[in-house]
Amino acid sequence: MELLSGGEMIARALEDEGVEYIFGYPGGAVLHIYDALFKDCKVPHVLVRHEQAATHAADGYARATGKPGVVLVTSGPGATNAVTGIATAYMDSIPMVVLSGQVQSHLIGEDAFQETDMIGISRPIVKHSFMVKRSEDLPLIIKKAFHIASSGRPGPVVIDIPKDVTRPDETYEYRYPKSVKMRSYSPAQRGHTGQIKKAAKLLLAAKRPVIYSGGGVILGEASELLTQLARKLNYPVTNTLMGLGGYPGSDRQFLGMLGMHGFYEANMAMHHSDCILAVGARFDDRVTNTVSKFCPSAKVIHIDVDPASISKTVIADIPIVGPVQSVLTELLSQIDLLTEKDAGVPDQAALKRWWDQIDEWRDAHGLFTGRRYAESDMIMPQQVIESLYRVTGGDAYVTSDVGQHQMFAAQYYRFDKPRRWINSGGLGTMGFGLPAAIGVKLAFPDQEVACVTGEGSIQMNIQELSTCTQYNTPVKIINLRNNYLGMVKQWQDMQYEGRYAMSTYEDSLPDFIKLVEAYGHVGIQVKKLADLDGAMENAFAMKDRLVFLDIFIDPMEHVYPMHIAPNGSMKDMWLSKNERT
Amino acid sequence: MRRIISMLMENEPGALSRVVGLFSQRGYNIDTLNVAPTDDPTLSRLTLTTVENDLRIEQLTKQLNKLVDVVKLADLTEGAHIERDLMLIKVRATGVAREEVKRTTDIFRGQIVDVGPTVYTIQLVGTSDKLDSFVAAMAGAEILEVVRSGVAGISRGEKVLSL
Repeated sequence: MELLSGGEMIARALEDEGVEYIFGYPGGAVLHIYDALFKDCKVPHVLVRHEQAATHAADGYARATGKPGVVLVTSGPGATNAVTGIATAYMDSIPMVVLSGQVQSHLIGEDAFQETDMIGISRPIVKHSFMVKRSEDLPLIIKKAFHIASSGRPGPVVIDIPKDVTRPDETYEYRYPKSVKMRSYSPAQRGHTGQIKKAAKLLLAAKRPVIYSGGGVILGEASELLTQLARKLNYPVTNTLMGLGGYPGSDRQFLGMLGMHGFYEANMAMHHSDCILAVGARFDDRVTNTVSKFCPSAKVIHIDVDPASISKTVIADIPIVGPVQSVLTELLSQIDLLTEKDAGVPDQAALKRWWDQIDEWRDAHGLFTGRRYAESDMIMPQQVIESLYRVTGGDAYVTSDVGQHQMFAAQYYRFDKPRRWINSGGLGTMGFGLPAAIGVKLAFPDQEVACVTGEGSIQMNIQELSTCTQYNTPVKIINLRNNYLGMVKQWQDMQYEGRYAMSTYEDSLPDFIKLVEAYGHVGIQVKKLADLDGAMENAFAMKDRLVFLDIFIDPMEHVYPMHIAPNGSMKDMWLSKNERT
Repeated sequence: MRRIISMLMENEPGALSRVVGLFSQRGYNIDTLNVAPTDDPTLSRLTLTTVENDLRIEQLTKQLNKLVDVVKLADLTEGAHIERDLMLIKVRATGVAREEVKRTTDIFRGQIVDVGPTVYTIQLVGTSDKLDSFVAAMAGAEILEVVRSGVAGISRGEKVLSL
């Protein structure tokens, strides 16, 4: 058996785990590890410019590939800088393993240089964490971390590693475990058959059904099964912000996103439904509006791998705990059995009436059945996303930051495949888009990767333009520039009589073209609608260059539909500045 | 309603802070907390009491079960159970009070475990209610210090919380 130091064991374990990239930033407490990576490790390391970006890049990689993202940061500020990215991954259930350096064991608790209690700081935002006490424990702990991060409801796991645990002059026998069993951790492997049978019956008896699917369908690799189920029954489907791409966005049965900025027909269908099949979704407050008024006549079937997601806000009539893939497989075969027995289900006449009603809603206010945004001399943000959709054939990986541009992208880019839409849904982290795009582009160098952002968000991690230069990640940055923190401004317009408290900075914005050129990239400014498609095509034609499209849009536009809150239900929406349901 | 939630968890550093942290993180209150190793040194038994409605209790137990360090969990209040809280109480015992404190202690089947010229230290074991009643009964005396262990509990009959 081989003898390795702690640092070398970490390098080797990451290789043995099949890790493709380490995103990180060196510092005192992790220098032994970095030396081991330098001397002998096949896993390439991506040096970011700020630890927050390391976590977002690893997160983007994980969302696009389904494999855990790996982060390596030093103690103290390195670890605390990573916290926002860990919380982002936690809220969206993204598998991630974060290795953070720690001061030497004998210094812990003495306020040593660059010491911080990372286990304590990260506790509420991790699925689990480990403090390594002995070098020889490293292989097992690393195996456990990957196992926990990527199984059940995925999430980030932190491993805090004191410097002396990685010292090069002490070596140990190294063996990486093939698998790991933990008595205190055993996520559900399949759903309860009795419950699934009940669900199949209820679903087939429905007259106004809606399938409401979320990020769990994408994380659980169940998009195909969900699509199969919906098509078999001819039931309408709506996706959450995190679930976009879980069902083909350009399909007739797709009602669009639901929730605060969801499609009119999606929110109306939910509100009037008599049976909601929730799959890998969690009835988040941005979906439900006022919970007590949520979908008054609907029976709820809720499938989720995490029991704590079920009946947390909306009580499920038929709860099913299990991985969505296995539960949907069983549900499909139960439905086959029932429909064979009784050719009369589902009630086709009722279903036709339901679709007629939905089509009526869709014709009246759907985003693709007419122009739903204002006439303007300026470029409208929606037109930018439509142009991006056309030029990329609807098949790009699109990352986003947070704000109006994020909602426009979610509404207007019709994602047909899972894992194409990469955004911070739960935590709503500005600064996510660019580093996430780096992670995606490294995973899929031959695919188009676009980062839809705004001039507010992009400045939160703009230093990563330098990382893009170093690792040659030619992503396209679509900057929807309105010279305001747009979503803040929208709320200030709607609720604060247009008092734009600290949401403007027009006079102090950088010249983005010069800025990206300084990093060695290409910048293109677009001010006229006539130039938009050309500039977009031009940008994507430059395959091996990062192109920053600085697109001046109408600053007065709002995102609609928008739920009316407080005290509104799913069906209460603003449809434009002066039109409401 | 008042609940007694008891769990077995890995006897590892950080396990307790995860359980306690969950309460503040999710906005629950802990009334009492008691934790110690079991006959198996790799396992700790933690018992806590809290007052919450049924829905919140369901959510709380799910969240606790999700913690990787929690091996097994039971809500003891769901079935017949025995609960015990231990109290050490130091009271001024001079003059007439000296005799009165002794009498009340006997009535409650407590024990005086330390005697000084001016103080008694009394040990009392029972349900939280009984301990509360004793403190109330001592209202006439001068209470110097009260220490309670928090509730420990176990199910009646064959039912066990073990691996």
